[in-house]
Amino acid sequence: MAESLALDLARIQFGFTISFHIIFPAITIGLASYLVVLEGLWLYTRRTLYRDLYHFWSKIFAVNFGMGVVSGLVMAYQFGTNWSFFSEFAGGVTGPLLAYEVLTAFFLEAGFLGVMLFGWNRVGPGLHFFSTVVVAVGTLISTFWILASNSWMQTPQGFEIIDGRVVPTDWLAVIFNPSFPYRLAHMSVAAFLATALFVGASAAWHLLRGRDQPAIRTMFSMAMWMMVVVAPVQVLIGDLHGLNTLKHQPAKVAAMEGHWGGETAPGEGLPLLLFGWPDMAEETTHLAVGVPRLGSLILTHSWDGTIPGLKEFPARDRPNATVVFWSFRVMVGLGLLMLLLGALSLLQRWRGRLYRSRGLLRFALAMGPAGLVAILAGWYTTEIGRQPWVVYGLMRTSEAVSPHATGTLALSLGLFVVVYLFVFGAGVAYMLRLVRKGPVNDEGREEGDGGPGHQRHAMRPLSAVRETFDDDGRV
Amino acid sequence: MGIDLPLLWALIIGFGVMMYVLMDGFDLGIGILYPFMPDKHHRDVAMNTVAPVWDGNETWLVLGGAGLLAAFPLVYSVVLTALYIPLMLMLLGLIFRGIAFEFRFKARERERHIWDKAFIGGSFTATFFQGVVLGAYISGLPVRDGAYTGGPLDWFAPFPLFTGAALVCAYALLGSTWLIMKTEGALQARMVTLARPLAWALLAAIVTVSLWTPLRDPAIAERWFRFPNLLWFSPVPLLVAASMVALLRALRRGRQVAPFLLTLFLMGLGYAGLAISGWPHILPPDIDLWQAAAPPQSLGFALVGALFIIPVILAYTAFAYYVFRGKVRPGDSGYHG
Repeated sequence: MAESLALDLARIQFGFTISFHIIFPAITIGLASYLVVLEGLWLYTRRTLYRDLYHFWSKIFAVNFGMGVVSGLVMAYQFGTNWSFFSEFAGGVTGPLLAYEVLTAFFLEAGFLGVMLFGWNRVGPGLHFFSTVVVAVGTLISTFWILASNSWMQTPQGFEIIDGRVVPTDWLAVIFNPSFPYRLAHMSVAAFLATALFVGASAAWHLLRGRDQPAIRTMFSMAMWMMVVVAPVQVLIGDLHGLNTLKHQPAKVAAMEGHWGGETAPGEGLPLLLFGWPDMAEETTHLAVGVPRLGSLILTHSWDGTIPGLKEFPARDRPNATVVFWSFRVMVGLGLLMLLLGALSLLQRWRGRLYRSRGLLRFALAMGPAGLVAILAGWYTTEIGRQPWVVYGLMRTSEAVSPHATGTLALSLGLFVVVYLFVFGAGVAYMLRLVRKGPVNDEGREEGDGGPGHQRHAMRPLSAVRETFDDDGRV
Repeated sequence: MGIDLPLLWALIIGFGVMMYVLMDGFDLGIGILYPFMPDKHHRDVAMNTVAPVWDGNETWLVLGGAGLLAAFPLVYSVVLTALYIPLMLMLLGLIFRGIAFEFRFKARERERHIWDKAFIGGSFTATFFQGVVLGAYISGLPVRDGAYTGGPLDWFAPFPLFTGAALVCAYALLGSTWLIMKTEGALQARMVTLARPLAWALLAAIVTVSLWTPLRDPAIAERWFRFPNLLWFSPVPLLVAASMVALLRALRRGRQVAPFLLTLFLMGLGYAGLAISGWPHILPPDIDLWQAAAPPQSLGFALVGALFIIPVILAYTAFAYYVFRGKVRPGDSGYHG
């Protein structure tokens, strides 16, 4: 009992630190690409509002990047502190992949990020644009390595086990493991959507307060177009990802659906449960409310197809369906709201009321954090759905956990919660203050006192921002 | 097999850790010295001297963690399990001071003291527990069948606590000589008076560790004092003595740059001494670096990236220090403007 409590604490601590960490890189990935689009549009159209927007969002990008670096420092050590047997067992595969991620991130931080944040007036527009593009591509390369590592843990291949350790035999097979392409696409697009929702909510906030300026309208319009185009694409990718999971990790899908097996007669197909409470002890889903045959249609793309139920797996190999069922529904539910937001924006755009419909603006504002919540919910679904394995089919999480005492883990978890809430609370508050200030006209025209040989040439992303906190919250 | 991959990786990681100790050492030292410079303007100047470079310095720590996992997963898992508590406290200290760096300059006047305290507390905690980790690591971590067999509080012992305190002195000396180099006037004079006792304290710490480790471990005594090793290694203590004399003289004569360089050299000598004592055990006392290494397929794959990117990072780091050369004066609001 004490052992399983220690395992739970180790999992909660890891989940807590990585949940904080995942938020900042997601926004980093999305904003980096958004900044490429803005700078490209500025260079192509020469409309100053794109330049103003570039400067506005690059400040928020800088603060966010700083938070990601600080929270990432902890992650580099959590694999060893909490999952020492996993590190020892699988370090031969996950270690080099993580090392590549770190090296990529440093490579960026070392050079192009500095030019991007501080070089607007110091290098030519071509070189500056190139730096922005390299930073954006670099964030995606970082994503590539992290998700290669994570996907390998879900669908491992390309290795042998020698002396109780994983030895990579084929790096291409390790990296391009079966779930990797779907996971990479799903996560990258999720980062774009989360960023678009954040940008859209920021614009909606200003529009609702009567700051109806061309730059803010453009922000809002671009974010809404993202909802129209990218949200449906994400639904499609999610569907393909689900089919891939069904093929390689059927127990996870059964848990996501709260499907135990034997609920329906052969030929009836599977219902899609809208509501229910999967009960791990009683092996049933209480209060199930479903749409007949829709489950079959989505999961097997046929009218009466069926999938293995949870009862077909030994009890010790089942993920916790209560959690996964609901985390999956939170993700899908928010995805559907994103589709709705896109559709409503099209309607209001057609009626010429895109920037004036208070209902739409309030909806967009409320959806501001939805992308990040959906990412977290999806992450919980896939990670908790992988349980009880840390490397699917190879190593159980209970075999991976470091042998720490419950008291040690409880204490360190408590410290992490207090420190993270204080530190990242201050960071996020600062970011939101920057958002509240809004874009400034003609910002890119002023000469910065930076660059080589000057004080403002800095390696640190946060120093790109000059605003200070002051009492009324304006910066 | 032409290349000894584990050896190459041990050198890369050893180099990374040394870069970290030397570079983050002086900026952590400034946090430790903050209580000795209560004047707000002095604090501003001191922080501005490291503001452009500190997070570049810390990247070496992340690289060390990831490199260790990639190249020596056994060491990574054992060390991080055994030293869980001091490592967690070190990371929390680093988070606090990292954020304090940024927000101290952006804070409202009446909130600044909170960030000052976070900076001092974070720097002190991070340094002390780094020293504890170092001391516990060189004392040896018992391992059986690839698992740590000691207790969670084994690090709470005289030797690691001593190395923790010693590292606080060492980083404070690095910080004070850095400030001698980078500042002038009253702040610089204050640092000169602080550096002298700190130098003596560091010397005492080096001597104590040099006597303590061979006394505790006959194998280390054997390595140092057996002929002809004694001959090969004798330059290390001689160089320590010589650079200590030179450091005290440079301080007395009011030299600007020499004290910092000599302190770096002293730290490097101490690091080399520890490496000689430990060699070739990467997990003291029993496991050497070839036994702990990841499979060659992993080492080779990761090496390609490391050899490509580390030189770029070094070049950019050198460039950044070059750009920020020279004294920092009060009123140089820095890019915190």
